[in-house]
Amino acid sequence: MAMARIAVHKFSSCDGCQLQFLTLEDELLQLADRLEIAYFIEATSETGDGPYGKYDVSFVEGSVSTPDEVERIRKIRENSTLVVAIGACGTAGGIQALRNWGDLDSYKTSFYTMPEHIDALPTSTPFSEHIHVDAELAGCPPDQGQLKYVINSLLAGVQPRIPSESVCLKCKRDGNVCVLVAQEKPCMGPITRTGCGALCPHQERDCYSCFGPAETANIEAMGRRFIGAGLPRDGLVHRLRFIYSWSPPFKAASERWLAGQADYAPLPTSRTVTPP
Amino acid sequence: MNDVSGQAQGVRRVDIPILTRVEGEGALFVRLENGQVTDLRLKIFEPPRFFEHFLRSRTWREVPDIVARICGICPVAYQMSASNAIEMAFGVDVPQPIRDLKRLYYCGEWIESHALHIHLLAAPDFLGFPDAIQMAKDYPHEVRRGMHLQGLGNAILKIMGGRPVNPVGAVPGGFYRAPARGEARDMLHKLKEALPHAEAMVRWVGNLKVPEVTRDVPSVSLRADDEYPMNYGRIVSDRGLNIDVSEFPQHFQEFQQPHSTALHAHLHGAPYWVGPAPRLNNNLDRLPPSTAKLLGETPVAWPSNNPYHSALARAIELHLAMVEAIRLLEAYDKPPKPHVDVVPHAGVGAGCTEAPRGILWHRYELDEQGRVTHATIIPPTSQNQAQMEADMRTSVMESLHMSDEGLRLRLESGIRNYDPCISCSTHFLKLTVEGR
Repeated sequence: MAMARIAVHKFSSCDGCQLQFLTLEDELLQLADRLEIAYFIEATSETGDGPYGKYDVSFVEGSVSTPDEVERIRKIRENSTLVVAIGACGTAGGIQALRNWGDLDSYKTSFYTMPEHIDALPTSTPFSEHIHVDAELAGCPPDQGQLKYVINSLLAGVQPRIPSESVCLKCKRDGNVCVLVAQEKPCMGPITRTGCGALCPHQERDCYSCFGPAETANIEAMGRRFIGAGLPRDGLVHRLRFIYSWSPPFKAASERWLAGQADYAPLPTSRTVTPP
Repeated sequence: MNDVSGQAQGVRRVDIPILTRVEGEGALFVRLENGQVTDLRLKIFEPPRFFEHFLRSRTWREVPDIVARICGICPVAYQMSASNAIEMAFGVDVPQPIRDLKRLYYCGEWIESHALHIHLLAAPDFLGFPDAIQMAKDYPHEVRRGMHLQGLGNAILKIMGGRPVNPVGAVPGGFYRAPARGEARDMLHKLKEALPHAEAMVRWVGNLKVPEVTRDVPSVSLRADDEYPMNYGRIVSDRGLNIDVSEFPQHFQEFQQPHSTALHAHLHGAPYWVGPAPRLNNNLDRLPPSTAKLLGETPVAWPSNNPYHSALARAIELHLAMVEAIRLLEAYDKPPKPHVDVVPHAGVGAGCTEAPRGILWHRYELDEQGRVTHATIIPPTSQNQAQMEADMRTSVMESLHMSDEGLRLRLESGIRNYDPCISCSTHFLKLTVEGR
C-alpha cells in the first residue's frame, strides 16, 4: 500500500500546533517512516504538489481571519481526502477571536498608520464555520499524545474518538489537591475538556480552559461557584472570554452573564448569607 | 513554487513566494535592473492578531497566559518580558532564588529553540538537504543528537511550566510552583549526561562550511553586570549605546511598510541587528569558562559581523544554557514560596529579555486594580526586519554571478540566519511612543 501523504497548513496562529509535530523528537523520524510529509513549509523546502495538491490528510492549524484564508481553506478542502483541524484556533477561533466582539476598524487604526494595507476580516473563526471538517483536536496547544493517537487512528482507517469529559476526572485520578475547593481559586477544570493532563492544578494554580468546554459542562453553576469564591461579574466574563471565547457554549454563557440574564446566586449556598 | 526569471532585457527577478523552514509566513521579492537592486521586499503576510488591543482590561495575572500565545516557539520570552514589566510597574523586588528559577526557565527555552533552529531549520542549508528528515538519512547521529538536546530543553520547560508550548507556570512575581527536589535532581542528571553531546554539537556546527561575508550593522543586546544576559541587563550596542530598558522608545523607532504586516524598527534612524550573534558579540566576556574554552576551539574569530555565524552563536548559547542550567540545578534548594506576593496598583513598567532570536521589549500601563490600560510589545523579528532587507540587498549584489537557483538558495538561507519568527512579529505596535 502506498504511504499516506499528509500536509500541514498554517492559518492565523502562533505556530504552536505545528510545533507539536516538530517537537516529537525521535518520533518525528518514525512518523516520516510511516507516512509521507508532502507539504509542511515550516519543516521542509520541498513543497510536494504545492499547497493545493491532492493529499490524503491535511492538518490545519490557526483560525480563519482574512478573506484570503477563506479561499485557502476551501481549496484545501476540495483537494484533501480528510481535513483535520488542530488547536484552539482551528476548532474555536482561538484567543484572537476576542476581536469578534470589538470593532475591527478601531483595532487597525490604533496600531497602523496605513490601515488600508491591512487585510483582515472582522472575525476570527474556526474552520468548521467555513468547510466540513472530518476531525477536530482541541487544545492550546493540542496534546502530543492525542495528536499521535489521531494520526494512528487515521492511518488505521478509524474515526478517532477524543475524550470529552472534564479535566476534574484526570485531576482526581492524579490525586491533586483541588484548587477550587481548597484554595477558592476560580478553576475552570470542572467545565473544561480533558486532554492537557490537568496541567494547571499540577502547577498549583487554576485551569483557564485552554482545551475549551467539556461535553456536559454546567457553566452557569460554575459561574455561581466563582461568585461564591469572590470573583466579580466582569471576572466571570473574562474567564469565559479567553482561549475558547468563540466556542458556542462559552460564547452563549458569556453573553447571558453580560446581559444580566444568568443566575448570580453564589454557591455553595451554605456559605452565603441568605438562601432563597 | 520558486521562480527566478528574466522578464525583459537587463531585468532579473527573484521571487520566493513562500519562505520555507521559518516560523510563520513570509516571502521575498527582488527586482534587479542593469545589475542594480531596484526593489527588494521581505513580505510578511502573516495575518495580524491584535494582541495589544485585547490585552486591555485584562488583569496583571492573566497577562503571561495571554502573551504566551503570541509565539508558539518562544512563549517563555513573552512571559518573562511581561512579568518583568509588571513587576517594575508594581515595584516588586524579586529575590535571587526566584531570579534563579526564571533563569533556569529561560535556559530551557534557549536549549529547545536553538536546537530546533540549528537542526531542523538551518543545518539542511549548509549540508544541501531540503529538510532535517532527509538529512537524517545521511547524518542520523547528528540529527538524533540535536533532537535529544531539543528534548532536554523541553524537559526543563515541563518541570517549570507543565509543557513546552504555552507553559502555565509563570506569574508576575515568579512561578505558581517550584520544581520538586526529585524533578530537579533527575533533570540535573540528564543535563550532565548530555553535556558532552552539546560540546560535540558545537564542534560540528563550527565546522559547517558557511559563506564568508560581513555586514556593517550595530549589534544590539542586553548586557548584565555578572552573567550572560537572559532576563536582566541594560540595552547596549557595540557602537556605544548603553541605556536602561525603560529608555528604549527614545532610541528605537517603529514604522509601518505597506508590504508587511509587521512593523520595521530603526536605532537612531538606521537598521540594527538583534539575536544570538549580536548577543555573543556584546557578551564574550560573560561566558562561563567551559563555554569560552569551547568557543576558542572553533574556527571563527569573535566578535563576528557575519550573519552566517548565527548558527555557531546558537550552538555556543545552547552549550552555555546547559552549563547554566546545571549550575542552577546543582545549587537548587526548593524555595518555600516560588513567587513574591504582588500588590497591584496603578503604574507603568517596561521589561526587556533576550528571546532566543533577540531582545523582546514590553511595556504596560496598569490601573489601580492592576488591569492593563495600554500594552506595547516589540518583538525581535520586527526589529530585525529592516536589517534583513539591508542584508538581502547586499547579498544579491554579492551573488550576481550565481545561477538563479543558487541565488534563491543563498537568499533563503540568508534570511534563516535571523531565525525570523514571523508569527510573533505581526501583532502590531503602536506608532506613537514616548519621547516623540
